[in-house]
Amino acid sequence: MITCGMDLGTQRVKVVVLKDGKVVGRAQGFSGFDPTKAAEKAVSDALKEANLTMSDVKHFSATGSAVDMAPYANSTVSMMGADAKAGVFLVPAARTIIDVGAEEARALKCDEKGIMVDFVVNERCAAGAGAFIEAMSRALEVKLEEMGPLSLKAERASPINASCVIFGESDVVSLIHRQESKPEIARAVFDAMADRVSSMIHRLGVNPEVVLVGGVAKDVGFVASLNRKLGLSVVIPEYPDYVGALGAALTAASRAAKEAQ
Amino acid sequence: MMSGSDPSKEEFWRWQEYHRIVPDIKWSSKDVITAGVDVGSVGSKAAVMVNGKAYSWGITRTGANSPESANKALDYALKDTGLKVSDLKFIVGTGYGRVNVPMANKAITEIACHAKGANYIWGPSVRTVLDVGGQDIKAIKIDETGRVVSFLMNDKCAAGTGRGMEVFADLLQIPIEDIGEISLTVEKEPEPVSCTCVAFAKTEAMGLLRKGWSKEKVLAAYTRAMAVRMANLINRVGLERELVVTGGQSKNRGIVSRIETILGVKCLPMPNWREDGLDPMVAGALGAALIGKALYEKAQKT
Repeated sequence: MITCGMDLGTQRVKVVVLKDGKVVGRAQGFSGFDPTKAAEKAVSDALKEANLTMSDVKHFSATGSAVDMAPYANSTVSMMGADAKAGVFLVPAARTIIDVGAEEARALKCDEKGIMVDFVVNERCAAGAGAFIEAMSRALEVKLEEMGPLSLKAERASPINASCVIFGESDVVSLIHRQESKPEIARAVFDAMADRVSSMIHRLGVNPEVVLVGGVAKDVGFVASLNRKLGLSVVIPEYPDYVGALGAALTAASRAAKEAQ
Repeated sequence: MMSGSDPSKEEFWRWQEYHRIVPDIKWSSKDVITAGVDVGSVGSKAAVMVNGKAYSWGITRTGANSPESANKALDYALKDTGLKVSDLKFIVGTGYGRVNVPMANKAITEIACHAKGANYIWGPSVRTVLDVGGQDIKAIKIDETGRVVSFLMNDKCAAGTGRGMEVFADLLQIPIEDIGEISLTVEKEPEPVSCTCVAFAKTEAMGLLRKGWSKEKVLAAYTRAMAVRMANLINRVGLERELVVTGGQSKNRGIVSRIETILGVKCLPMPNWREDGLDPMVAGALGAALIGKALYEKAQKT
């Protein structure tokens, strides 16, 4: 059985094609000004990779903050629901799932079936999300993808304001003027963000295994800071940025199975 | 720095830098000439006073380097006055970058300076000052002498500050000076946006435009949300008349008139800063120059 899942986020759209519990195609692109168009492109890319066409797809589920603009969707699934489902599918022992995206950070507790039990979310504020790193990389004049490796070279960290991107930016500018080294400032940025995310998780309670997903999970600098802060080693699945889309595809598969009965 | 690099890309956020000399004031070396330099997160302002009377001022954009911005603002205020920095008896640095004002004799918080400056601009009836700058909002209660009684500020979050307006000006391609008036042209006031985080201003606005909202409606919804935040801060500190607005956003009619509607009071009228009036954006620098005069005179006595 072939199903499709889409995660239409504020920054990127991600698509997964699933065939009998195996991922056979994935693609992503920038959401841009016309997310629907970007989504159509990502779907066609993912299907092409899988050597399939839309007529092969039994059920299509969508999730993400711009889900109301998702094309092709037969049904929708909440972002938490998708994360829980895919998190446990990829890491069966997962009981806490942290999702840090471009504009939002979430954490949820789930059971062994991948059903969400509780959650916390940081929304409407960029400080706990990928946007924070992006803004700071601009202030530091360092490429976003270089921030993580750079931060690992730091010997110490200088604290910066983590409550707000705009204030954090001012702090970074002051650090630059104090001639603090770039690795140390990059480390400060990730520490500040890890601080925000970990205090959010502590409201929820930390149940191992802790799985980190979302685009920011690919950032080695953030992962190092978060592990230090939490005092454990978070598990990062392969393709952490596709976890939401995978959750949607898995949901689509169970819905298609139910429909078939 | 950035200007002139690409003429096809107009920078709508870029507000006018300017300097002014008040006519009919003559100075001599016997006068007490003081200056205030207010290095804000977005604008750097300097004001020169002769015997406690506003004489000249300059407003420039704050660069990446605070000491340089302070120098630039002061040079701008002194331009064409015949005065040199060495003629100034006392210089007070204030604002977000106050510790980085190299020529200052003393650094004073911008809260005290805005209080004093508002008292100077509007007189002793002012009791509540709302200062809205590039990345902060302060509600200050003052007494009839311009002394601070209490204050509240947004210390955790820059949502709803002037920086967001710059993002909007660029995105909607409307000059920043016109944004306030344009936001008031909507027939019906829309619901305020739920999120005023400066970092999300762009996505927020793009989402609304995608929904088919007009530029005016998007601006109105965002400006409304900013005004609600500011009005809440004023209510928390305790509104007492007369109310005035200082800082860069005092020039935004869309903000000020919405605050008036929400609170049900009128602010004292904005001076005609474009012609011969004082500029509330310089309130902090004016207050700093006044405090500088008091400090200088105190030092002379002892």
